[in-house]
Amino acid sequence: MFDFVSFIPRAVMQGIPLLLGSTGETLTEKSGNLNLGIPGTMYVGAISGVIGGFLYESSLPSPEAMNPFLAILIPTLSCLLGAFLMGLLYCFLTVTLRANQNVTGLALTTFGVGFGNFFGGSLIKLAGSDMPYLALSATSNCFRRHLSLGDTTGWFGKVFLSYGWLAYAAVIIALVAGYVLRRTRVGLHLRAVGENPATADSAGINVGRYKYVATCVGSMVAGLGGLYYVMDYASGIWSNNAFGDRGWLSIALVIFTIWRPNVGVIASVLFGGLYILHMYIPSGMNLAIKEIYKMLPYVVTIIVLIITSMRNKRESQPPASLGTPYFREER
Amino acid sequence: MQKKAPAVELRHITKRFGFKGIVANDDISLDIRRGEILALLGENGSGKTTLMNVLAGIYFPDEGQILIDGREVVISSPKDAFALGIGMIHQHFKLVDVLTAAENIVLGIKGKLDLAGATEKINAICAQYGFEVDPKQKIYDMSVSQKQTVEIVKVLYRGADILILDEPTAVLTPQESDKLFNVLRNMRDDGKAIVIITHKMHEVESLSDRVAVLRGGHYIGDMATAETNAQEMTNMMVGRAVTLNIDRPEPVNPRPRLEVRDLTVRSEEGILKLDGVSFTANSGEILGIAGISGSGQKELLEAIAGLQPMERGQIEYIRDDGARDNLIGKDPRQIHDMGVTMSFVPEDRLGMGLVGNMDLSDNMMLRTFRRGKSVFTDRKTPRRVAENVVEELDVVTPNLSTPVRRLSGGNVQKVLVGREITQAPSVLLTAYAVRGLDINSSYTIYDLINRQKAAGVAVIYVGEDLDVLVELADRILVLCGGRVSGIVDGRKTDKRELGLMMTRIGGGSNE
Repeated sequence: MFDFVSFIPRAVMQGIPLLLGSTGETLTEKSGNLNLGIPGTMYVGAISGVIGGFLYESSLPSPEAMNPFLAILIPTLSCLLGAFLMGLLYCFLTVTLRANQNVTGLALTTFGVGFGNFFGGSLIKLAGSDMPYLALSATSNCFRRHLSLGDTTGWFGKVFLSYGWLAYAAVIIALVAGYVLRRTRVGLHLRAVGENPATADSAGINVGRYKYVATCVGSMVAGLGGLYYVMDYASGIWSNNAFGDRGWLSIALVIFTIWRPNVGVIASVLFGGLYILHMYIPSGMNLAIKEIYKMLPYVVTIIVLIITSMRNKRESQPPASLGTPYFREER
Repeated sequence: MQKKAPAVELRHITKRFGFKGIVANDDISLDIRRGEILALLGENGSGKTTLMNVLAGIYFPDEGQILIDGREVVISSPKDAFALGIGMIHQHFKLVDVLTAAENIVLGIKGKLDLAGATEKINAICAQYGFEVDPKQKIYDMSVSQKQTVEIVKVLYRGADILILDEPTAVLTPQESDKLFNVLRNMRDDGKAIVIITHKMHEVESLSDRVAVLRGGHYIGDMATAETNAQEMTNMMVGRAVTLNIDRPEPVNPRPRLEVRDLTVRSEEGILKLDGVSFTANSGEILGIAGISGSGQKELLEAIAGLQPMERGQIEYIRDDGARDNLIGKDPRQIHDMGVTMSFVPEDRLGMGLVGNMDLSDNMMLRTFRRGKSVFTDRKTPRRVAENVVEELDVVTPNLSTPVRRLSGGNVQKVLVGREITQAPSVLLTAYAVRGLDINSSYTIYDLINRQKAAGVAVIYVGEDLDVLVELADRILVLCGGRVSGIVDGRKTDKRELGLMMTRIGGGSNE
């Protein structure tokens, strides 16, 4: 019998970084900005959180003196700041200077990964560790703290109550983002900006501001995905390049959810599950089979792309002006 | 007629584009009055749309003042324009396709999103002026005239009392235009100030109270519509006397050039688009194609040009020596390789005809890049062709390396027609060659087509303006729902007969 009670929590923990990343990217794309810098932004979010946590932890005389509130607040704020600056840089280049979005995004991803690895390596040196990683166990314990109820309510507790606060925050952010996009005036305006900026502009909507705000907020949300990964999923252990291709998977998830953050709540768990499925499939000594299973999230994304483009429903298409800069006096 | 108070006074407006590029508006002063419909006239690229965009806050003027009700204002964004009660209905609709009518209408308004309340208000506006709008319908499900109605309701919803309409009838059927004009007259009687930009003289004469003319970015003058006529207005627009007659020389030595038999085409969805169409096009003759839009005109031309797969039928090209070549199943390149020079001016200029992001000479090269012997393309000839086209057709462009999409609609059309004609074709296919063109450019195009005819080209001219078809074409084929309703002599028929044939096969009233 497949062990769902241990599989689902692991799938959820895999899925949360993807959920935050894809919610952030969806908000960004709804403004017409195709931010391929999201993997880099998540990376920067993670390392910024680690820097904050490291500075706080090493300023304490002993781990017992740690204030759990500050231990969460400092890495979270530094993560948000790092991710925000990435978003701001992206906007400055693509909105204000109207640079090509794909090139800018890819450059920022390269930059973000390099930035993370540089400071990650520096911190490992500073900590004087022999191993190629940095452990912030005390900070991570604060992030991973969950309701004690989760341990006493059997399978229910394991499946629903065993996660750190960021996991619940991720779900709430996704649901709120979905509601804002569908039901509020800000969401309506944002969708209009992404679909047809000239129309939004002539309707008196400040296109530039919407693009900036949506992209920066989106980057911050995505940055939290990196923070969750390192502080919760990886138990506070930073090692260079461990984050892997989760950023790209987040972008795939945006397409999979056809630009709906609330669908992302379920879809991210599915993606997380597919991502780790290979560990649960008995494959004996044949490791090649595992590699095939690792492809699953991407295969599913391609299938969804084919289906949505075949159904040809207008609502399932990406925002119409995605990837194109807007300039009012362009003819 | 008493003089009405000006709602808007434009004073010495100047607007330039680019660093040293075009001056679109040069020192223009113009009054717009309440309770009056003002027709703004001018050739393509004379600055009408630019001037109105300045008023609507899309462009910011480089010099000049704007006074609303005698008070000087600064309109630096569309929002400012709304606040002043100015609403513009653009030539290209400013609507978001995936949103509903109601969502589009409330777009940009502050406050809580209350679609139920908005729906009520929309219905009230529709009832007042006689519009039909379903607030819940998505824009992509709408016809062009429905979209336009949404645009008008949108500006009224915002309380606009100064309305600007940029070529509102370009995409409407005559019946839809009449409906729109009634609504506009209602609004005028309601005390609103209305500006309409149009190229159609009969619309100007039947609708407007006053006419203002721009030429080359300059203000030429204004006058009461009742005191002028089409000839005088055209002369003012063009700046010299022009004749408003279309020549129709007798065909010289007409011989069958293209024979189409039993042509049947189905669309990808399996809908019958052409059903057993047969006709012969002669050299040195203009064959007009009339029909309600969507009756199969597009499919017919594309089938001849080798772009449209057909279910059955024959298309034969007849050479001067009487040899016949079948064009069925050949793509445009194969047709070209057979030595059949066919020129095609498609309906969708920037989609099928030209590449918007490429400049004039590169677009000319699209026709010739396969010629030449080395791996390098010949860039000099296309450049010369482009120079010729610009000179002969008076294309308004800063230079030859301007991307075509930056040109105004009429100039784009001139570039396309010019390119196709320089191929020295033996068959010329044109679809709506003068759509969106001002009157002078239209006559230039008619003249060019006539010159092709005189050179012995078989011209197939799909047109929407029946007045023109009756004056220009030697024979007119009328399509009705994909079938040939009849082929009539252009010299003996009239608009009424064509109109009847367009709606009923054969045009008889007793069927």
